[in-house]
Amino acid sequence: MTKRTKDTTGLSRRAVLKGAGAAAGLAAGSGAITGFPAVWSQEPKVLRYLGTAVNQSDDITKKVKADTGITIEYISATTDDVTKRVITQPNSFDVLDTEYFSLKKLVPSGNILAMDATKIKQFDNITPVFTKGQLPNGKVIGDQGTAPKKVMFVEGANSTKFASGVTQWVTLIPTVYNADTLGIRPDLIKRPIESWKELLNPEFKGKASILNIPSIGIMDAAMVVEASGLYKYPDKGNMTRAEIDMTMKVLTEAKKSGQFRAFWKDFNESVNLMSSGETVIQSMWSPAVTAVRTKGIACTFQPLKEGYRSWASGFCLSKSVTGRKAELAYEFVNWFLSGWAGAYLNRQGYYSAVLPTAKANMEPYEWAYWMEGKPAEKDIKAPDGSLLEKAGASRDGGSYDDRMGNVACWNAVMDENDYMVRKWNEFIAA
Amino acid sequence: MPATKTAYAPPAWLQALPFAGVFALFFVVPLLFVVMVSFWDYNDYSIIPSFTTRSYVETFEGCYDQLPELCTILRTYLSTVKFCLIVWALTLVIGFTIAYFLAFHVRTVTMQMTLALVCTIPFWTSNVIRMISWVPLLGRNGLVNSALINVGLINEPIEWLLFSQFSVVLAFVHLFTFFMVIPIFNSMARIDKRLLEAAYDAGASGWQTLWNVVIPLAKPGIVIGSIFVVTIVMGDFITVGVMGGQQIASAGKIIETRLNALQFPPAAANAVILLAITLLIITALNRFVDIRKEL
Repeated sequence: MTKRTKDTTGLSRRAVLKGAGAAAGLAAGSGAITGFPAVWSQEPKVLRYLGTAVNQSDDITKKVKADTGITIEYISATTDDVTKRVITQPNSFDVLDTEYFSLKKLVPSGNILAMDATKIKQFDNITPVFTKGQLPNGKVIGDQGTAPKKVMFVEGANSTKFASGVTQWVTLIPTVYNADTLGIRPDLIKRPIESWKELLNPEFKGKASILNIPSIGIMDAAMVVEASGLYKYPDKGNMTRAEIDMTMKVLTEAKKSGQFRAFWKDFNESVNLMSSGETVIQSMWSPAVTAVRTKGIACTFQPLKEGYRSWASGFCLSKSVTGRKAELAYEFVNWFLSGWAGAYLNRQGYYSAVLPTAKANMEPYEWAYWMEGKPAEKDIKAPDGSLLEKAGASRDGGSYDDRMGNVACWNAVMDENDYMVRKWNEFIAA
Repeated sequence: MPATKTAYAPPAWLQALPFAGVFALFFVVPLLFVVMVSFWDYNDYSIIPSFTTRSYVETFEGCYDQLPELCTILRTYLSTVKFCLIVWALTLVIGFTIAYFLAFHVRTVTMQMTLALVCTIPFWTSNVIRMISWVPLLGRNGLVNSALINVGLINEPIEWLLFSQFSVVLAFVHLFTFFMVIPIFNSMARIDKRLLEAAYDAGASGWQTLWNVVIPLAKPGIVIGSIFVVTIVMGDFITVGVMGGQQIASAGKIIETRLNALQFPPAAANAVILLAITLLIITALNRFVDIRKEL
């Protein structure tokens, strides 16, 4: 995932403040705050939260304010810009919400602080997908690319070296993750799609699309290469130069023969391409598929036999955060894992890092639909209350175990990233 | 700069100082930084202040040993310069025609101003909205294709209307003709009408007047408009990206891709190259007209 600009992007500071103020007023009026004068004499509890729009929403800031009194000031940017900002302006934020694959750039820069696992109440309940690379039921999942377990721990509090095993110092406290695959228009394709190789099938000439993000686009291409039986990568997320050349050649040939309608970078672009029928098969994100479907257009987040390309994101602190600010940040992260936010994210089709607390905050029929892959007993509603699926429907790809259990690789930054970016420019110019 | 001869007036350089200061601080100094960084080394997450030509060497990688196959950078600039020429020619013809109409056929100044403002309509919406709106118009199931199919001119939708070189040129012309219209109109408005009458009295035909009187006198406007259009098209990557379905290379896009990968030195090197090429084109344009003299 990158740049998940959902429709919540128009979140202005004014709206946040207004919402937060209303929530505070509500809390005060309802008697939740029983009047400790000391609370008011303290300086305001404010955290600057830098991240992509995926975890940022008005509902969450209101709930945080009501539960903890912390005012969250969102700074929204695309994944690339979040990384740039951490590298160039580490003092401009307190809490960072970013993806695991960018850690290979962020951690060596020394601009972020690892979090202390002993201060995270739910740390032991974090799903083993992160800590061990396996499902709660013990099934080991794919770890090609920047799998979270490879970059989750550093050796010490101020270390910039990734630890090989579990330590007390966590680079990112995980919040949300998902398994991505191809989105298709079943009404226009009219036959079953089962393999990644269909993405470059000449049958869909001029009607396919991939992400315009080099590191993700090349992995989608690698899934196609493997699915066609051309080559088996030791690690799709960390190719050698020869492997990059070979994969780019496959992509270049497809581009030259007019396979791709367009590449997309923005959430709304992907929705637009798919719903207008410009593309019928493309790399996609779960909420984008939902967005197409809410327009009344058939769109499937198609599970494929070669598996999913997964991503994950989480929280850490800026190196400038100390003392009371750090305590606040830990309070906020602990709140985030305590269930309400997890349930909120689960209802969007993502997965929460701490499953038991999220489950406690969801209705049993919701849990059955989103997590167990069962047909919906009742209508499934989005967090904002709009109808997502009618009763009887079941989730594309099925249960959590079916989807996360079939992860083949993770979004990655390769060791040969510099070479790959050059080759990508060559590919665009071809 | 002419030396001041009057004793009481402040020296001319003092008057120029504030703007020169702003110019130096916000343009010259950053530009020098860009040139400097383009010769630095880098790794995944930082730039390393040690002199290297790595960014340039890698940018021109394969330009010699791949011959006759073109290397990435040449191919990219070829495509960019091609767009430049096509867009320049189209905006010039269309812009000149509109400016001519405004200057010589519209009688009142109010009407002239009103119509000039109408030319700004393409800028009334945001860039992104404008781009996205092309899809329902030119897309596979868009207005143009449905109309053509309904009329019976075509059976299958035309694919090259969108996400193609055609659509890139269309969007450029739609946006940037305005930058031609205004300077050319400005030049034409200053043409002494008596010159046209004199040409007519001397027996010149309409075309002869246009060619020998109007165009030479409108030349400064044409050159200024051309500079606008050329520099914008050379540096553009958003229009090329969105209208070309992100599948058409542009000089700006190379820089963007590098920046997004935190590779600042190669991005800077490409910016320096782009600047050099654009300056060459502008210099060539200046050969045709001495703008300073004409203004």
